[in-house]
Amino acid sequence: MSSFLSVRDLKVHFPTVDGIVKATDGLSFDLERGKTLGIVGESGSGKSVSSSAILGLHRRTSAQVSGEIMLDGVDLLKLSDEDMRRRRGKDVAMIFQDPLSAMHPYYTVGNQIGEAYRVHHDVSKKVARARAIEMLDRVGIPQPDRRVDDYPHQFSGGMRQRAMIAMGLINNPSLLIADEPTTALDVTVQAQILDLLQDLQRDFDAAVIIITHDLGVVAEMTDDVLVMYAGRAVEYGSCKEILTHPEMPYTWGLISSIPDVSGDTSAQLIPIPGNPPSLLNPPSGCAFHPRCTHRDKVPGDLCTTVLPELLPGTRTEGHLKRCHLTNPDVVYEREILPEIAPDLVEER
Amino acid sequence: MFAYVIRRVFIGVILLIVMSLVTFVLFFASPVDPGRYACGKNCSPAQIEQTNKALGYDKPVIEQWTDFLKGVVVGREYPDDPALRAAAPQLVVECPAPCLGYSVVNSVTVNEELKERFPLSLSLALAALLMWVTGGVLFGVIAAVRKGTIVDRGIVALSLIFYAFPAFFIGLFLLKFVAIKWEIVPVPVYTPIAEGGLGLWLQGLFLPGLTLALLYMAGYVRMTRAFVLESMSEDYVRTARAKGLKSRKVLTKHSMRAALTPLVTMIGLDFAGLMGGAIITETVFNYNGLGKLAVDATVTYDLPTIIGLVLLLGTFVIVANIIVDVLYAVIDPRVRVG
Repeated sequence: MSSFLSVRDLKVHFPTVDGIVKATDGLSFDLERGKTLGIVGESGSGKSVSSSAILGLHRRTSAQVSGEIMLDGVDLLKLSDEDMRRRRGKDVAMIFQDPLSAMHPYYTVGNQIGEAYRVHHDVSKKVARARAIEMLDRVGIPQPDRRVDDYPHQFSGGMRQRAMIAMGLINNPSLLIADEPTTALDVTVQAQILDLLQDLQRDFDAAVIIITHDLGVVAEMTDDVLVMYAGRAVEYGSCKEILTHPEMPYTWGLISSIPDVSGDTSAQLIPIPGNPPSLLNPPSGCAFHPRCTHRDKVPGDLCTTVLPELLPGTRTEGHLKRCHLTNPDVVYEREILPEIAPDLVEER
Repeated sequence: MFAYVIRRVFIGVILLIVMSLVTFVLFFASPVDPGRYACGKNCSPAQIEQTNKALGYDKPVIEQWTDFLKGVVVGREYPDDPALRAAAPQLVVECPAPCLGYSVVNSVTVNEELKERFPLSLSLALAALLMWVTGGVLFGVIAAVRKGTIVDRGIVALSLIFYAFPAFFIGLFLLKFVAIKWEIVPVPVYTPIAEGGLGLWLQGLFLPGLTLALLYMAGYVRMTRAFVLESMSEDYVRTARAKGLKSRKVLTKHSMRAALTPLVTMIGLDFAGLMGGAIITETVFNYNGLGKLAVDATVTYDLPTIIGLVLLLGTFVIVANIIVDVLYAVIDPRVRVG
């Protein structure tokens, strides 16, 4: 039996005058209803491009999308434009990063939320407005019957994101994609929005994909984690596995660069050296090798010449990693853990 | 909103007063003796001086200007001579408020001059505006939607070609070939609505309006194309698509609405500018509009007419600006005051 959402070998390529930009290059993952997948990676690693592909937002004229996106037994990539449009916003909905720019400044919040409802339901404006008020109430906006006629600029950042969530959920989608839903918000508001998303997910029994570069969000929200680098998955497994026993140097880098305010605040952050690679002309072999500090542990020039497969790691079958290291668990225990959590090591 | 408009009108009036002063000063700063012009070629210095005195050109500039302002408020008589009025009242021209002056060159008050020319220029500007906005926005949107295709390139190239041609070329071409030689449309003659009805009025405006429209359209095609393309890459357009809206609806409701704001600004200013700026087109079609009046008045050093025109056209620019700003608030809720 296949899963509710099953993505296989998804590729999103953008032909340009300089060559093909492989923004997503062979991505596969599964997701069940009621579960949350976190997609993590730096800017430009292909997170947003992949999720836009699930929603069918790429224009055929500018992007080549291939592979398979099975949602509830239907391959979304085989649908016609019109059939995909009918599903967009109804079966699959998306919440965007910056709620101020993601809402039209000239229309009221209620108009925009109601519009999302009217696209897929043949109802009057009045009914749609009532439904919008109901949803605004649901996402915790006070006095929704009054605020429904406000314009986006009259809302605070957190309220705008709540309104965006209301817009995304108004048609009871079975899959919700949240593209960095808390990045543009205050830290205090971030927690509220995440709580809200979790509550609503439980109520709606939706599958949720959260795109983020914040491992705190990952730890709090997700069941599974997919780490992306240069358009490919480099590590994939359950949230707990990935955060406690990461086996790919890039994931180590992400974890090491989280500031730990509860511990020794004088400890230095350890950033990942270098910059994300060009997707137009990615490095040979493992795309991460130019920035990897562990590649001398791999014999020969495997890292620079051969692209590692996404294979099960050393601990469990479900934990996949794309790395040539033969003993990543040992390296992590000995070299990484003492640096990021010395107290934890002492306890052991 | 109301208070805002009042404030803008008040500032506009002050601006007009300053404009009239500047025009007076500039006129008298030129090396030409207006009396010499009014009197004629063979006048003796004494006669010129007498003419200047009769026309009031001998008074200090500031006094002439205050006399003018007084005329605007309470009206004036030409010539302003109580003795003449008592002796021969039929020689005195009444100019009721708001009096903009008396053109000696044309022997008529400026108000009457402007009143006669104004409908033509307004009609012409309206006809041109209608055509260029319709065409410009339509082709601009088509070019934006078909970006990068042959249709897009064709539209942009064609609009550039029209833009590059001077007005007298397009105007003469339309007149000589389309109207006279090929007889596709009748030779345009301006007929006011009151005289010939809507049909003849439109017929008279078609070719000259088209001439102006073709010139202005190029800019609007390119501008609309750029604004629509810009708005199509906005996040809220992506949101609209993510809702599952049909692409036509995304374009009309979300993209084009955003592209409207900058277009409205341009339309307002171009319309006001065209009121007195269609000189070449008016000349080609031999239409006596405000543009032609301005040229004639400048050539004959007809100060009262020049000032009247400057103020009328200035008023148009100011009013157009106020209307544009009010429209902003209608279009964009973020601009709404209070």
